[in-house]
Parts: sequence; structure tokens; C-alpha cells
Amino acid sequence: MRATIKILRFNPEVDKTSHWAEYQVDTEPNEQLLNVLHYIKWNLDGTLTLRRSCAHGICGSDAMVVNGRNRLACKVLMKYLGSSVTVEPIRGLRVIKDLVVDMEPFMAKYKSIMPYLINDEDPGSRERPQSPEERERFDDTTKCILCAACTTACPSFWANGEYVGPAAIVQAHRFIFDSRDRGAAERLAVMNEWSGVWRCRTIFNCVEACPRDINVTKAIGEVKKAILFDEV
Amino acid sequence: MYHRYDAVIVGAGGAGLMAALQASRQARTAVLSKLYPTRSHTGTAQGGIGAALGNVEEDRWEWHAFDTVKGSDYLADQDAVEAMCREAVDTVYELEHMGLPFNRTRDGRIDQRRFGGHTRPDPKDPSKRIAVQRACYAADRTGHMILQTLYQQCIKQGVTFYDEFQVVDLLLNDGVCCGVVAYEIATGELHVFHAKAVLFATGGFGRMFKITSNAHSLTGDGLAIAYRRGLPLEDMEFFQFHPTGIYRMGILITEGVRGEGGVLINGKGERFMERYSPTLKDLAPRDIISRAIYTEIREGRGANGKDFVYLDVTPATVNRYFQQDGVDRRITAHDVETKLPDIADFCRTYLGVDPAKQPMPIQPTAHYGMGGIPTNVEAQVVIDSRNTPLPGFYAAGECACVSVHGANRLGTNSLVDIVVFGRRGGKKMVEYCQQADLTPLPAETDGPARAEIERIKANRATEAAGKIRATMQELMMDRVGIFRKEADLSQAVSKIRALKAEYEKVGVRDKSARFNTDLLETLELGYLLDLAEVTAFSALNRTESRGAHLREDFPDRDDANWLKHTLAYLDGENIRLDYKPVVITKYEPQARKY
Repeated sequence: MRATIKILRFNPEVDKTSHWAEYQVDTEPNEQLLNVLHYIKWNLDGTLTLRRSCAHGICGSDAMVVNGRNRLACKVLMKYLGSSVTVEPIRGLRVIKDLVVDMEPFMAKYKSIMPYLINDEDPGSRERPQSPEERERFDDTTKCILCAACTTACPSFWANGEYVGPAAIVQAHRFIFDSRDRGAAERLAVMNEWSGVWRCRTIFNCVEACPRDINVTKAIGEVKKAILFDEV
Repeated sequence: MYHRYDAVIVGAGGAGLMAALQASRQARTAVLSKLYPTRSHTGTAQGGIGAALGNVEEDRWEWHAFDTVKGSDYLADQDAVEAMCREAVDTVYELEHMGLPFNRTRDGRIDQRRFGGHTRPDPKDPSKRIAVQRACYAADRTGHMILQTLYQQCIKQGVTFYDEFQVVDLLLNDGVCCGVVAYEIATGELHVFHAKAVLFATGGFGRMFKITSNAHSLTGDGLAIAYRRGLPLEDMEFFQFHPTGIYRMGILITEGVRGEGGVLINGKGERFMERYSPTLKDLAPRDIISRAIYTEIREGRGANGKDFVYLDVTPATVNRYFQQDGVDRRITAHDVETKLPDIADFCRTYLGVDPAKQPMPIQPTAHYGMGGIPTNVEAQVVIDSRNTPLPGFYAAGECACVSVHGANRLGTNSLVDIVVFGRRGGKKMVEYCQQADLTPLPAETDGPARAEIERIKANRATEAAGKIRATMQELMMDRVGIFRKEADLSQAVSKIRALKAEYEKVGVRDKSARFNTDLLETLELGYLLDLAEVTAFSALNRTESRGAHLREDFPDRDDANWLKHTLAYLDGENIRLDYKPVVITKYEPQARKY
């Protein structure tokens, strides 16, 4: 199939503003968009800049806005995109170059929720016991790959860059509902701040954006409920 | 810019982060990584980490060690294997204490599943060995959970990271390691990191092959940098093809699928592994299964007459074979969804196939380099056949060769390797930093790297790297893949040399300082070409078949002449080879049958 790929390009070293560049490619319906971008970079224009690594939806490097929706370029096939495809950097983070954005503010929000197990009790020499049901309680949110697709699809985040954002809440959820963790009170306090969960307006963009099919809005709802009713 | 640390760790996958957790407790430590740590390839490991916890059935670390040695086709160094399998048990508990969300048994213990080549004596007949449940797992995202957990602990401990710093040179002064040179991707600036100790945990180099499970970033940078500085690379002829990659894409489908009961089916509908490995069948080690798949395809029994076979985990098929084999287990579609959710997702996304209802088309995919920078059991880099350490330089994980994998790695053992030897390396660095002085920098620090970058930027042939890369990948796949012979290998060596000459002219369209991936990919291609040459050359030299290295012109293992490790050195424009003996403790080499 023949496709036109329109990419929003911006290199602050040479460009005053961002601009659209168009590339014509011959491709296959089952081709990953990432490979099409590689084709452009390797054959037509070596300056095209993007992040990528694993190329199968696990490393979380290549989130971008594809036909208006946040996707991982490696996890979307051309047959679902049609013959005219637009590609832009994810929104709400400073563009460094082309499709590469500054991830530091996103990572800072992640770190703010204390994303590590808090438990000072002596675990003994073997594993801490945990039942399959207790383990299942936070299974969904362990899938998060920190790609930022959810946070940068969130209108509340676009409107207020201080909002901790869905990804950080997902990470908080992963620990708050882990039966081995003792840090729920501290994390819920962060979640209850003005930049925390209450900025979420239940718009569901995050759910649609998540390439790992995490039910993000549900996780946020559970964190809200834990704050309101003090129950984990 | 100049930085000074006690310890510098290059790479932030499992090995690098494990080393960082150890080192940063007592030494001023920096971690440099060309990717954000959570993007590292450890995160894509799926099926499990092997450790003889014995949570589900009786198991002992000595059995794990035996399996690893046998799996390696007796090329692994047995002292290293014993250290790894013994420490695997405590390391898995340590990961759990850090918060790793392992799947659980009904009684709340870490759950374990079967994996290829992992066995225990059959209680009914101890002379026979049957599959054992040894792989500790978190669904089919065990590597993701290890990477996340270790990074979380690094955040907790306040480890210093330099994210998106590409290391481009290793600094040695009079035979002592004293730092690295790194290129800051965001700005194009070169940084000199002056340190007492450096640990490379830079991962693999599967991108030299066309069909691979490896990330685009797995270009062997650390190995090539060490090699260019005159250090040897060990056993580079041994490269593992994982039996089950998604057809034409190479994306990994975990061995855990077969651990749960999945079977390989050829174009005639036969479960062909019964013929190749009567005891372990679909859970034979990877080298044996990959070869079997290619043999089926070559003999015209590929699916639809093509170059793939099926991996079938549909409950109807699995349960039929369970019944036939007298196994009382049964699986359901729900088991496939819950124990293998990512596999199910990959199949739906990339193939439009639901693995609970349909078989998956698969072919072997280039997966893991058993060879690497030679180290001893303390993760110290050693530079000759007498295992002389290079003071201050350490390596762990896939970039290193301890050697615990020998000629063929068992599934789950890469995760064991990274956590055990990452931890050992980190500890050893601390000891070294406490007694060693900072070695002065050599006269030349970032000069050679700067010259190389300027040379590439001055070259005119833009968009030329892609073509060379594709040619190399096809060449390696066709001639240095699963079946090898002299004519193919010698042709591969000469063609790679021609590609290297062509590479000298490669330029970049992107001349900017900021986030120049055009330049980075060109540097990475240079690393891959060096390693492809060493791989093909070492394979040409080894005139026997052992583990993943199969020579059609020398089909047998030859212990009399080849029970030894290869060491390859860069010598001017040429490769010089040397050898070192295999460490044997208590497992005498035997014929390898499953």
C-alpha cells in the first residue's frame, strides 16, 4: 500500500517553529508504523528524530500522537491508519527535537509518589507470603511501562502541568494496593494534594491511550476512594 | 565536561542496576545509560528467572547447576555456574523483598513454572530426568518486573543517573582502567568520567542479525569499545537463536508457553519434537529446538510449505497431549489469558491471532550472545588465557562472558546471570574503590571519540548506514545463523570486511548537536560490524559442533581439541585468536541427550 506520512518536525537549532514534512512511502498493511518511520529515516531523511528501542510495545520509548491519538509507533500497524497518516510528538512536554520530548517533568512526577515498596519489617530469609488474591489486587497497574501516553493524553494535565498525572497515579496504585506495602498513608497524602488525584475529571482519555490496556481511570477511582473512605 | 566518581556503571538494565544498588551504598557511583533505565532490554524478558526454591516440587541448586552445564554443552566454567545457581535462590528472595510482584502459589509462596532444559531426577526412575518447575515468574513480564523493581530501589536509594549518555570510549592508563568518555545525547557534548572502577553492563548485540528478538539499541557498544581498546572477546561464535519468534518479525514468544504445555507442530500436523528429544520434547534446550525447526523446514515440513512452524497452546491441543503423555494437568483458555497476557496481546496486535484459539506461526529468532567480555566469577574483566584481571574494569550481564552459558544458554538463566553477577560486580567494585587510588587519566581522553564523530560528520555519504546495516543483517542471518559451514563463513568474513571499508565513508545528513540519532546509529553500526566480523571469524575457526554453534562440515563435538574458550583480539586490522581452558569442577563432559 502507498501512504503519505505527515510528520510534525522541529529542530530548535535550525527551525523557528515546528512545521509539517510529508513523505510518500510504499509499505505493507501489516507493517508497524515504527518501521515506516525507520524507512523514512534510513532512506529519505536521516535527520528525522525519534526514540525507540524494543519495537514491540514493552520498553515504552516511542509514544507519539498518531492520527490524533496517543500510540506507540511499534504497536500500531499501517492497515489501521489508512493511506494518510499524521505523526506528532506527545503533548504537554517540551519538544527537544521532532518526536522527542523532554521526559524529565514526567519522570519527576513518577518519583514524587515514592515508587518503591515501603516496608521496614524484617522479611526473614524467604519470601514474604502473599496470596494469589492479594497479588491479583494490583496486577493491572504493574503493567505500566512509563511511556507517558496516558499523561500526555489528559486534558487536565494539558491545562495544569503541575497535575501529577495518570501515570504517576497508576504507579502509586501499584504500591498502595500491594499487601506487602506499608507506605499507603504517605502516598495517599501526596495523592490528596491539590496536584493529586482530584485534578482527574474522569475523561477516560488515559484508558484509550494506554498501550498496555491498563484501566487507568478505574485505578484512579480506587485511589480516590481510598482517600475518601480511608480504606485500602 | 569532567566528572569524578569512585565507580561508574555503564548500562541500566538488570545487571547495571543491581551493581548500582550495591556500589552506591559505599562508593560514589554514577550510572550512565544511552536509554532511560526503564527502556532497557531486561524489561522484555518474559518467562521467568530460574532458582531452585523448591516451592512447587523438590529442587536443589546443584540440579540447576547440572542442567546449566549440560545445557552449555560443557563449555560453561563450572565454578561460575555453581556460584550462580547457589546464589540464585537468595537473589530471588532479595528481589521479592525489594517488592517484585511474583505470581504466587495457593499457599502464598513464589510460583514456579517449567522451562527448557531445567530438570530433576524422575522420582520413579532416578536415572532419568524430567522437567522441573524452577522458573519464578510474574505472568509473562518477569523481566519488566525485575527492571521496574531494581529501578524503584535505585530511586529509593538516590542513585545518580546520567540518562541518555552514550559511552563512546574506555579510558585505560598503563593497564589500569580509569574511566569512560560519554556523549550526551541531548546536547552533543562529550564528557569525561574519571573513576577508580568501571563496570560495563551494556547488553547484547542481536541487531547484527536480520530476524531478532533484540531491541534496536542492542548493538554491542560495550563489547566493541573494549575490543577496540585491545581487550579480548570470548566465545563470540556462540549465538543463541530462540526457537519461537513471531514469523518474520522476530518478536519473542516465551518458552513459558511451552512450560505451560504448548507444543510445536509442523506442516504435517506432527508434534515433531518427540523425534528429536524423546524425554523433554518441547522443553528441550533452545539450540536443539531451533535446529529441529530448521530441519523440519529444510525437509519440506514447514507450515504451508513455508519457512515457519506452529506453536500451539490452544487448550484442546495441549490437553490432548497431556492425556497422551499421562500428565494429569489440564489448561483452559483462562490460563492462557492470565499466565501469558502479553503473549496473547502480541499475537492479537501483530498477527491477528488469538493464542487461546489458534496456533501461532513462529520461526527461530536471533536472541542472545553467549560470548562477550571475559570476566572471572567476581565480574572482574580478565584479559588473557591465564585470566589476568584488568584492574578497575568489571563487566556483567549479556555483554560479559563469565562463562555461565558456555555454548548454549538455558532459558531463565540470563535473568539469573544479570542479578547474581551484577550484584557480585557491584560488591567487588566497592572493595576495590576502598583500597585503590584514582589512576591519573591518560594523555588522550576524549580526543579519539571527538575525531571519530567529526570524521563521520564530514563524510558525504548520507543515508548510507541503513543499506550497510541491512546487508550485514542478511549476511549474518544467511551465513552465520543456525547452520554453518566453511564456505559460508569465510565468505561472510570477507564480505563483512568489505562492508567495514564501505562504512569508513558513511556520513550523516543530521549535523546538529542536539539529539543526533543519525550520528548515534552510525556509531552503533560501526560497533556491530566489528562484532559481526569477530563472530563470523570465531565461527569459521571452531571446527566442531557444540551447543548453538553447528558446523555442517564438522557435525560432532570434539572435546579432545575444542573443550576450550576462544579469545579474539583486535590486532591491527586483523583478528588474533587465543584460547583458555574450561573450568571443570564436578561435571565431567558427557554425551548430551535429552
